[in-house]
Amino acid sequence: MNAWSRFQRNRLALVGLALVVVLALSAALAPWLAPYDPTRQSLIEKRTTPGAKYWLGADEFGRDILSRVIYGSRVALLVGVLSVVIALAGGLVLGTLAGYAGGWLDAVMMRGIEILLAFPYLLLALAIVAALGPGALNTTIAVGIWGVPAVTRMVRGSVLTLRETEYVGAARALGAAAPALLRRHVLPNIVPGLIVYATLFMANAILLEAALSFLGLGVQPPTASWGLMVSTGRDVLLVAPHVATVPGVAIMIAVLAFNLVGDGLRDALDPRLRGSV
Amino acid sequence: MVTFVVRRLLLAVPVLLGVVFVVMLTIDLLPGDAVTLMLGEHATKDAVAKLRDHLGLDKPFAVRYLDYVGRVLHGDLGRSIQQNRPVAAELADAWPATLQLTVAALVLAAVVGVAAGITSAVWPNSLFDACARLGSLFGLSMPIFWTGLVLIVIFSLWLRWLPVGGAGSLTHLVLPAITLALPSVAMVARMTRSAVLDVLREDYVRTARAKGVGEIWVLGRHALRNAFIPILTLLGLQSGQLMGGAVLTETVFAWPGLGRLMVKAIFARDYILLQGAVLVFALAFVVINLLVDLSYGLLDPRVGRQG
Repeated sequence: MNAWSRFQRNRLALVGLALVVVLALSAALAPWLAPYDPTRQSLIEKRTTPGAKYWLGADEFGRDILSRVIYGSRVALLVGVLSVVIALAGGLVLGTLAGYAGGWLDAVMMRGIEILLAFPYLLLALAIVAALGPGALNTTIAVGIWGVPAVTRMVRGSVLTLRETEYVGAARALGAAAPALLRRHVLPNIVPGLIVYATLFMANAILLEAALSFLGLGVQPPTASWGLMVSTGRDVLLVAPHVATVPGVAIMIAVLAFNLVGDGLRDALDPRLRGSV
Repeated sequence: MVTFVVRRLLLAVPVLLGVVFVVMLTIDLLPGDAVTLMLGEHATKDAVAKLRDHLGLDKPFAVRYLDYVGRVLHGDLGRSIQQNRPVAAELADAWPATLQLTVAALVLAAVVGVAAGITSAVWPNSLFDACARLGSLFGLSMPIFWTGLVLIVIFSLWLRWLPVGGAGSLTHLVLPAITLALPSVAMVARMTRSAVLDVLREDYVRTARAKGVGEIWVLGRHALRNAFIPILTLLGLQSGQLMGGAVLTETVFAWPGLGRLMVKAIFARDYILLQGAVLVFALAFVVINLLVDLSYGLLDPRVGRQG
């Protein structure tokens, strides 16, 4: 049975996939889906509770929460995808380097990776953002860097195993250069693992972006970011709880969606792990 | 066992040195002049020169790094720029609150997570198992700062059972501890379930059952003891997540701990305080994982024998 049909039989994973599609559509079609301009303020309607005009209510500045949630999916997905790209690119380069070079370079790099992996993730991202300054781009970089160590370790391990195999030895003997070896032999072997990691990383990247934005160190106003929306709603939590709580549901659904797809992909691509964790 | 402890202690040293290095390097890479950033645009020339001298910014990075490490070894973490107090004193004021919060959350995660995981594993695919697994999925997907706000709305605003924030009494601790613990409860429950399920498939469990050992005894004496190694490892790793989560939880509940101090330090561009706070977190993480490693030796006689 191939991976796709295994994935299809996993109902939860399909639910996750459907949610991811909805998210992607909402990000792509935001200008057409959103009933109002996400930055349009209407101060006389501030903190309006959910109702006929504003389905999910209005925030502290009388901005439509539904429209902002829809636009917020753009920030979440964009930061997520770009940080996945950073994590994968950085990890591929460093992992290949460590795996091929071996020796002291490998040893030093791996100790460094262990230190980074041992570091509580939010603290690392905080340190990076503290150094770079807040903003959407710096948040993406911080989230992406946080993902690099794990990818590096995965790639290095695979390079080390493959370096010893006969077919890679043969390819090398025939004069294949390192980049070609990487593309033809190493990559195809780690792609399934990387896809699973990237999907689960997306979930965590969305959480981390939201957390940084919530602390005021991530995406800056007036951009509609879910974490930022929760943060602004926090000031009026006791008078208008919906302002802070509604955007949080969006974060939860997005994270849940990628977690479900990631779990499903892991079970489908690597049947040995089926049901574990 | 002694060599095992010594070796683990020695391994912790490069990790801490590395953490200091990484943090100092990130701050060193700050675009622009760090001192002007810290003191603001309108600082007097005198103040800038004084801080520059205090930080030793005219010296090369390696010298400053060794200087800092040397001073830390003597318990001197520098002076915070905003409060003009010793960083060590600021940290000393804040860390008990964070310790209280994270320990409460860790205990919750261990007790609730392990209990739920074992129940799930003993009756797999039961109604409880289905609910627990679904609950774990949500627990892992909920942003912790949002969970905190929702709990405040329910228990402080609607039911009026618990205070909105602050610290002082046990009632103040309930909501922050639950908030912080939730993702870890989910993680521990998942891990415990799969660890116990794995162990229950082992030959020695079948042997024990075959020779007529009671099911409770099989679980307690054979299964759990072996399943506890991965669970304990996870708890150690979770303590790191808890420290990260503490930053968010403390912000939501105005809990006067290290996490809030750290966020304040970032906003105030007080990098000396920030360095100190990060160092304390890293130290705590290293110590906890050291304790976890050592407890393997107690739980599993195979560990540490070889030295």
